[in-house]
Amino acid sequence: MSDMLTPVLTDNWGDERSWTIEAYEAQGGYRALSKALAMSQDDVIAAVKDSGLRGRGGAGFPTGMKWGFIPQDNPNPKYLVVNADESEPGTCKDIPLMMASPHTLIEGVIISAYAIRANHAFIYVRGEVLHVIRRLQHAVKEAYLAGHLGKNIHGSGHDLELVVHAGAGAYICGEETALLDSLEGRRGQPRLRPPFPAVAGLYASPTVINNVESIASVPSIIEHGPDWFSSMGTERSKGYGIFSLSGHVTNPGQFEAPLGITLRELIDLAGGMRNGHKLKFWTPGGSSTGILTDEHLDVPLDFEAVAEAGSMLGTRALQIFDETTCVVRATLRWTEFYKHESCGKCTPCREGTWWLVQSLAKLEKGEGTEADLDVVLDQCDNILGRSFCALADGAVGPITSSIQYFRDEYIAHLTHGGCPHDPAASTLFAPAGASA
Amino acid sequence: MNPTEPSEGRASDRGVQKHVLNRIDDKTVGELREIAARYPHKRSGLLPMLHLVQSAQGRITPEGIETCAEILELTSAEVSGVATFYTMYKRRPVGDFHVGVCVNTLCAVMGGDEIYDRLSEHLGCGNDETAERREGDTATVSLERIECNAACDYAPVAMVNWEFMDNQTPQSAKDLVDDLRAGKEVHSTRGPRLVTWREAERVIAGFNDDLANEGPSAGPASLVGRNIARERGWTAPGVPASNEQKGEGE
Amino acid sequence: MSTPGSTPRTGEVVATDQVTLTIDGITTSAPKGTLVIRAAEEIGIQIPRFCDHPLLKPVGACRQCLVEVAMPGPNGELRTMQGPPGRMKPQPSCTLVATEGMEVKTQLTSEGADKAQQGQMEFLLINHPLDCPVCDKGGECPLQNQAMSNGRGESRFSAQGMVKRTFPKPINISPQILLDRERCIVCQRCTRFADEIAGDSFIALVERGARQQIGIGPDAPFLSYFAGNTIQICPVGALTSEDYRFRSRPFDLVSTPSIAEHDACGAAIRVDHRRGKVMRRLAGDDPEVNEEWITDKDRFGFSYTRSDERLTYPQVRDEETGELRPASWPEAFVVAARGLAAAGASGVLTGGRVTAEDAYAYSKFARVALGTNDIDFRARQHTGEEASFLAAHVAMTAPYTGGVTYSDLEQAGVVVLAGFEPEDEAGTIFLRLRKAVMQHGTRVVAVAPYTTRGLRKLNGRLVATAPGEEGDALSALAGDSEAGLDASSVIMVGERLATTPGALAAVIDLAATTGARLAWVPRRAGDRGALDAGCLPNLLPGGRPVADAGARVDVAAAWGVAQLPETPGRDGNAIVAALMSGKLGGVVVGGVDPDDTPDPAAFRAALAAASFVVALEQRETDVTRAADVVFPVAPVTDKPGTFVTWDGRARQFEAVMTNPASLPDLRTLSGIAQEMGRPLGWRTTDEVRAELLQLGAWDGARAPFDAGKAPKVAKAPKRGALRLVTWKQLVDDGTLQSGDVHYRATARPAVVRLSQTDFDALGSFTTEAADGRPVAMVTVTGDRGSVTLPAEVADLPVGTVWVPARSFGRGVLADLASPGSSVVVKGEK
Ligand SMILES: Cc1cc2nc3c(=O)[nH]c(=O)nc-3n(C[C@H](O)[C@H](O)[C@H](O)COP(=O)(O)O)c2cc1C
Ligand code: SF4
Ligand code: FES
Repeated sequence: MSDMLTPVLTDNWGDERSWTIEAYEAQGGYRALSKALAMSQDDVIAAVKDSGLRGRGGAGFPTGMKWGFIPQDNPNPKYLVVNADESEPGTCKDIPLMMASPHTLIEGVIISAYAIRANHAFIYVRGEVLHVIRRLQHAVKEAYLAGHLGKNIHGSGHDLELVVHAGAGAYICGEETALLDSLEGRRGQPRLRPPFPAVAGLYASPTVINNVESIASVPSIIEHGPDWFSSMGTERSKGYGIFSLSGHVTNPGQFEAPLGITLRELIDLAGGMRNGHKLKFWTPGGSSTGILTDEHLDVPLDFEAVAEAGSMLGTRALQIFDETTCVVRATLRWTEFYKHESCGKCTPCREGTWWLVQSLAKLEKGEGTEADLDVVLDQCDNILGRSFCALADGAVGPITSSIQYFRDEYIAHLTHGGCPHDPAASTLFAPAGASA
Repeated sequence: MNPTEPSEGRASDRGVQKHVLNRIDDKTVGELREIAARYPHKRSGLLPMLHLVQSAQGRITPEGIETCAEILELTSAEVSGVATFYTMYKRRPVGDFHVGVCVNTLCAVMGGDEIYDRLSEHLGCGNDETAERREGDTATVSLERIECNAACDYAPVAMVNWEFMDNQTPQSAKDLVDDLRAGKEVHSTRGPRLVTWREAERVIAGFNDDLANEGPSAGPASLVGRNIARERGWTAPGVPASNEQKGEGE
Repeated sequence: MSTPGSTPRTGEVVATDQVTLTIDGITTSAPKGTLVIRAAEEIGIQIPRFCDHPLLKPVGACRQCLVEVAMPGPNGELRTMQGPPGRMKPQPSCTLVATEGMEVKTQLTSEGADKAQQGQMEFLLINHPLDCPVCDKGGECPLQNQAMSNGRGESRFSAQGMVKRTFPKPINISPQILLDRERCIVCQRCTRFADEIAGDSFIALVERGARQQIGIGPDAPFLSYFAGNTIQICPVGALTSEDYRFRSRPFDLVSTPSIAEHDACGAAIRVDHRRGKVMRRLAGDDPEVNEEWITDKDRFGFSYTRSDERLTYPQVRDEETGELRPASWPEAFVVAARGLAAAGASGVLTGGRVTAEDAYAYSKFARVALGTNDIDFRARQHTGEEASFLAAHVAMTAPYTGGVTYSDLEQAGVVVLAGFEPEDEAGTIFLRLRKAVMQHGTRVVAVAPYTTRGLRKLNGRLVATAPGEEGDALSALAGDSEAGLDASSVIMVGERLATTPGALAAVIDLAATTGARLAWVPRRAGDRGALDAGCLPNLLPGGRPVADAGARVDVAAAWGVAQLPETPGRDGNAIVAALMSGKLGGVVVGGVDPDDTPDPAAFRAALAAASFVVALEQRETDVTRAADVVFPVAPVTDKPGTFVTWDGRARQFEAVMTNPASLPDLRTLSGIAQEMGRPLGWRTTDEVRAELLQLGAWDGARAPFDAGKAPKVAKAPKRGALRLVTWKQLVDDGTLQSGDVHYRATARPAVVRLSQTDFDALGSFTTEAADGRPVAMVTVTGDRGSVTLPAEVADLPVGTVWVPARSFGRGVLADLASPGSSVVVKGEK
């Protein structure tokens, strides 16, 4: 049984000038790189496979298996792309990681690129995080100077060029094929699959795309071994992960813990709900994962248990809302987000979110009838699983789950002729003790 | 512009002659080419190139679109398609300091809506607008409703030129813009002193400004779990607790 | 093929290139790689769709074609495709490849698929305006039709009082094409066409989400030669043309299939007309020829047929006043017959618009009525070497005799273009070549003066040649390993190659040494038919050499005449010279624009010098003004006919409408011949067709190629002079394009192109255009005049200058100089 919190990635975040190569190397950084370069590439892939690491970007696909899909007999160059677009509402782990310890990611990139035989890697970071971009650019420069990047890295015969590439404001570019189009200088719209990126990704060449946290976890797996990693977590959700608590808790922040920790434990660590308020609803992994309620406080936060509870572990972005929050307002705002971020390629997402926003806005204002709720659910039914990519699936998640758990509150808006909540009560700066 | 550029050429294949209002200077053209050369396929440079156009011209201009198109051998329609897809590309000039208030659900609920409303009132401008420059102002400020900026543990969040301004209140936000307009030095809560929007766009385009070493390693919220672990001696299995010897950060 | 209800027997060996699947319970097999939507079509099951287009790459954007799919799992049991967990996940049939054992249920048999489709249709309609009654597409609109068949009756969106997305009304994306963004369902058919087929990415998706729309670049309209196709494939009424907008309703139109008359490609078109007036033209669907695409010229260039600008009655020159006056047809026949008889020796000159039947009539008229071989269809620069080349290598070649075809271009490893710029001169070939390059990896090598936009879109390689150098460049290709010509290669020879002495000889050698096949591509629709009909001084109909006694006997017997003139006649140049010198007295001219002839001034002088001129024309021209008898002849809309394509396909078409004011050329010629007492033996197109069929092709030996006199060594241009090279741009001032204002506004600007070296030698002289943009204006002066145009630098050989042939004034031939000759270029300070 491991400790409740297991800081690995977050461990050095508080160190003096932790973003510099000196600070990183002083606490053991780049040791894993030397170890990896001494291993065969296939052994590195095997270690990651054996560790049970599953993608930390939301979908939870086994990372080692993804690397194994790269056809090594394909004559095209191989590419590694790090998904640092972090734009899923609630998700806020990759950004502090890259700000505090960009070298953890870079070390992971070098090892991962070595494993899949990529000589070119990209970090696609969302554009709206200036200081993170600075730190990444700076760290890449340091890594080149230290010989960790460039030609014949530490005599291994392996070459690697790493480019930090900033996006320009589009949530959809977190979706991996949209990200590739964006990285190719196009509109960030998802691609048809097949072919899958492993076969024809960036520049139609074999490409691995992994989340920042996934790649950043690789050095620790190489350093401590796959068994060490898989000793943490649950049966099928191995290892540690960063849990991001935000919202109505006393001390929101980042908590690195083995998968399987519960929300009850995390809220406790965060000092409880703020000012004695009660938990009302929460997202387990960003707004695209349907909401849960206080019934679910003890659901182990791993891929399987959260799915069983009817949602998804996603990015472990735990947005906590207390009883002052209007669930209809929250849902409407999320829907507005998806409408704003819909890339426009496919009909159900582009047109469906247009309609849903209007429907929910009416309901929030207390207009319409209960029958309109069923129309909303039917729209969701016509979107879910019908769209081109998973963005639209995410868009309907908050709606169907909130109607599932809080249908009465929707109806209360209709009977009340508007929202029964006081928005001021849910603000951070609400006077202590205020309540709805 | 080269008077002899081919009329059959991609970007310039048109029967309509264009106005040359905002000529892109040669240095910028050189830097645009430099960006394109960073990539195995030059078109990949387009997003950073458009950031550089904004840095040089204060927004995405037709000339910027055409120049990128020519360098990348694309049509200007293709470049326009890209430039209009992403929200960071602005068709109208923004202020020296572009203030984004996160109004995605969590921030909105935690006070972002209130902050945005108060700020909009205070500045007398709406979404994607620039506040009028008042007498004595040394800088202009523009306002935008932004989506989640990956700082939810610091809600409600504002961004200035894409630097974090964490844990805002309506008052702190108003003070912030007043300070900016008055030319006072303002620091990001997790970064350096704020640079102008154009300077920021240059960094985003890949031209670093040597400010990476400013600011803390991490903000306080980022360290909550790590600090608890240190206090309680929790570690990942087998990882020596030597960690405790290390400092507590900023 | 499919047998309803049958299931594949277990253990049955399945051919590796076929897969067997069931669709709505029907078992069918399809070639590997077939998309489900097409496999369904094959067995008559129509799945609704919008973004799907058989000639465009799949995108799966509209989600209208969703179907339920089950696949055999590892244990062979069928598993319905699911996701998000626990739910049937309908699949877009337009992107899904049919695989072995797949079970597909469409809207016909799956409630889930039907609901999914209804749902998408509802979404598509929420923001679509309800303006079908005023929409050009109304009545032929896939959205309208499929909404009826696969949508729900009333809109829940409007029942809820929701707000539609609006855009300000239509915007011009080119001088011709308007975009109504409210109607657009962003299926991307137009942008994919522009990108994938035409290579003109001048339209693109812009903005995103619900505001996503089709857009152009700043000040960069959709100026593609093929833009009109987007209007046709738009599944809603979002794209319309200035020409046709609001002109008529589909159900008021009568549609007649026809063949485009603007080039030698033979594109299938559909002519839509109402009350004797052509309202619009659309691309026909012919997989062997133009697939589903046509050029904008084929689509929009038809107002010349409008009868209000046409000659509507015969005219004869009044003996007293010397002016042309109206005459009856019989009178005109008589006057023409007498005049020609009195004129003595006469020749025949025909232009490029004549149909194969009309060409045959001219050919027979010359031989039988005038007793001469003085006939030439080449109303352009031409040589004896070319006439010999055409007789030896081109006449009567056809797909069924092993000639090069459109599909051969797709299979070709290398295609050499010589004296031929397909995008400007044969748009349908250009599109097929681009397909060959994009989909089959064909390599294109152009022996041309510079890398044109068209060549760039073909990823082609330029072998840069100055006028006169083409022959040597072609000869050198034989040993060029980078070009790698072999038996799978095709050499496409344009009519312009004839202007370089020895070039055609070089082409023949190149083909012989490499095994590459030859194809000759004239610019005009009638030229191949005229060649096969014997409108040449050295050829009789069916490719029969005049010089071959057997051939002459053959034809004379068929025509029932005692004998035919024996000596090869004069070609076009010689006819003009003979008229000037008085060796010829009369001339019959059909469809020749003087400004297209090698020396327009000489041509006009010859008309003036001739003692008797008979003109067969559709509209008043310098020829009719000089003529003694003028016959109003019918344009292609008003008569049946045939155009023989560059690849030797006879493309028959019927009259679109009847118009008694004019007659086909063949009827006119038969009338004159009758009065001359030398009847031609027929009066109708059908009768001519029957005679042609009976006559058939020559089965004797072809006349051997004779290059004629040793090629002149091209003189180096005088010091300070540049050698002129030119061709016609697709959209230009050609006669058959007059009156099409919006279409003409899409023309590429007329510019002068020259090398950087020659440009720099002009010194600095940049001037400001009216809008403040710098332009370099230059004046090009030749022995026939001069022109001032903007200059552009291109990769031309030093000492060469390119000017568009028919994009200013009366064009290069009339107003500048003869192609290949020396001109002087000066900068305008
Ligand atoms: C709409 C959408 C947005 C996404 N955004 C992100 C993102 O910001 N960061 C990320 O790592 N993955 C994101 N993903 C998931 C990626 O598509 C992909 O699964 C992931 O990058 C794979 O990396 P992993 O296997 O390491 O998790 C998103 C997916 C969708 C559908
Ligand atoms: S679901 Fe469709 S419109 Fe939405 S982001 Fe994905 S592809 Fe674009
Ligand atoms: S026709 Fe299949 S998604 Fe559009």
